Amino acid sequence: MKRASSLAPWALPIALIVLWEVAARVGWLSSRILPEPLAVSRAFWTLGASGELFIHLRTSLWRAIAGFAIGGGLGLLLGLLTGSVRRAETLLDTTLQMVRNIPALALIPLVILWFGIDETAKLFLLAVGVFFPVYLNTFHGIRSADQGLVEMARSYGLRGWPLYRDVILPAALPSILVGVRFALGLVWVLLIVAETISAQAGIGYMTMNAREFLQTDVVLVGILLYALLGKGADVLARWLEKRCLRWNPAYA
Amino acid sequence: MHNNVIEQRSLGVAVAAGQGAALTLSEVRKHYGARRVIENIDLALAPGEFVAIVGRSGCGKSTLLRAIAGLETLDGGAITGAGEVRMMFQEARLLPWKTVLDNVRLGLDGDPGQALEALRAVGLEDRAGDWPAALSGGQRQRVALARALVHQPPLLLLDEPLGALDALTRIEMQRLIESLWLACGFTAVLVTHDVQEALALADRVLVIEDGGIALDVAVDLPRPRARGAPFAALEQRLLDRLLQN
Repeated sequence: MKRASSLAPWALPIALIVLWEVAARVGWLSSRILPEPLAVSRAFWTLGASGELFIHLRTSLWRAIAGFAIGGGLGLLLGLLTGSVRRAETLLDTTLQMVRNIPALALIPLVILWFGIDETAKLFLLAVGVFFPVYLNTFHGIRSADQGLVEMARSYGLRGWPLYRDVILPAALPSILVGVRFALGLVWVLLIVAETISAQAGIGYMTMNAREFLQTDVVLVGILLYALLGKGADVLARWLEKRCLRWNPAYA
Repeated sequence: MHNNVIEQRSLGVAVAAGQGAALTLSEVRKHYGARRVIENIDLALAPGEFVAIVGRSGCGKSTLLRAIAGLETLDGGAITGAGEVRMMFQEARLLPWKTVLDNVRLGLDGDPGQALEALRAVGLEDRAGDWPAALSGGQRQRVALARALVHQPPLLLLDEPLGALDALTRIEMQRLIESLWLACGFTAVLVTHDVQEALALADRVLVIEDGGIALDVAVDLPRPRARGAPFAALEQRLLDRLLQN
């Protein structure tokens, strides 16, 4: 019974794949439009065996991690700063809110002019996109920290860094993690676009290249890889939440 | 029976008796804009005295307590002798991301022995490793009490800490507070809207009205207080005053 219910979420995807395979074999689907699942797994295997897949995967992963680290790190730092220091909020927040309303992808022409088409341009796009969810949620988390708890801690003699470490930061953590989770989802979307600009490696490059040669199976391998990486990022974010918010019955 | 158990436990708290603070308020005033919340309050508390402040909602009793705690700035007058104050709030205000033991240790460094001792005094040492979310409302207030007492405060302020508890838990908590007060000898100020609670615990009950002390009644009844005729007479007197307007 328990086993059946744990398999239940997979029933629909499996049924769809079976249907897809049948449709491709019977000839309802042309391989130009959608190759059969078997062809896709064959392409997966070939790319993996030649090592090509791992080169692209590694390049994309590295870009995602570096972009996330730069953008998310800056977002966290500035969010903590504007959330905690009124003067920093007055000076910075209006500007940041204006910049926030520019879609990161609208910057592409400018970014190409500034950085050319190499790695810096891609990292810049990723970092800008990831920055705002982390910044906004960190700011919000710090600001919405329970003032009753802060007052209590102050009356117990906590000041400065201990107050920050023991009360304000943990109070903001659920909100910060929401931002991190959102940013982890966003990083793949931005990566896909960034890698189609002009790249020599990466999953986006592999996919665009395959499109030129009408290799629909490889295109699908690329799409599936993005799905898997996105899922992986989500699992990581959930694990972080579960681990950092053990005290919260909503996450335990 | 239960009371005895707690009293025996409370002896475990390493607090020297008779170390209560002598608190003096002189012409204390607090305004919010044009509204005068506290108007020229003079008050002197003997070391180790237990004073209860009762009054209707919005009479300024909580503001007075917060002023003594140093959480409000005064618009006039002075408060002396408050020294190191610990306060219990209406909500327990435990940090949900710290275990029960670490909540009690807040602001202390080093050895958790004292904190465990304080938890034992409130009968919760077996919950030391739990998250506050796993405790009931009454247990959370007991942890908050342990957290306040572990600092061996000369003055303990209680801002309706039992207001949100059910009737039985309230009585249990009142007995616990009384026994710990007897054992530790701190000066205590309790703000409450419950006249019975004030009479069960305090040496002296103040009625606050329109920001001033309207009535100052000594409660000269043996402890633990039984709900007898003298108790009822005092209760009637206080209620009559409170219901006057």
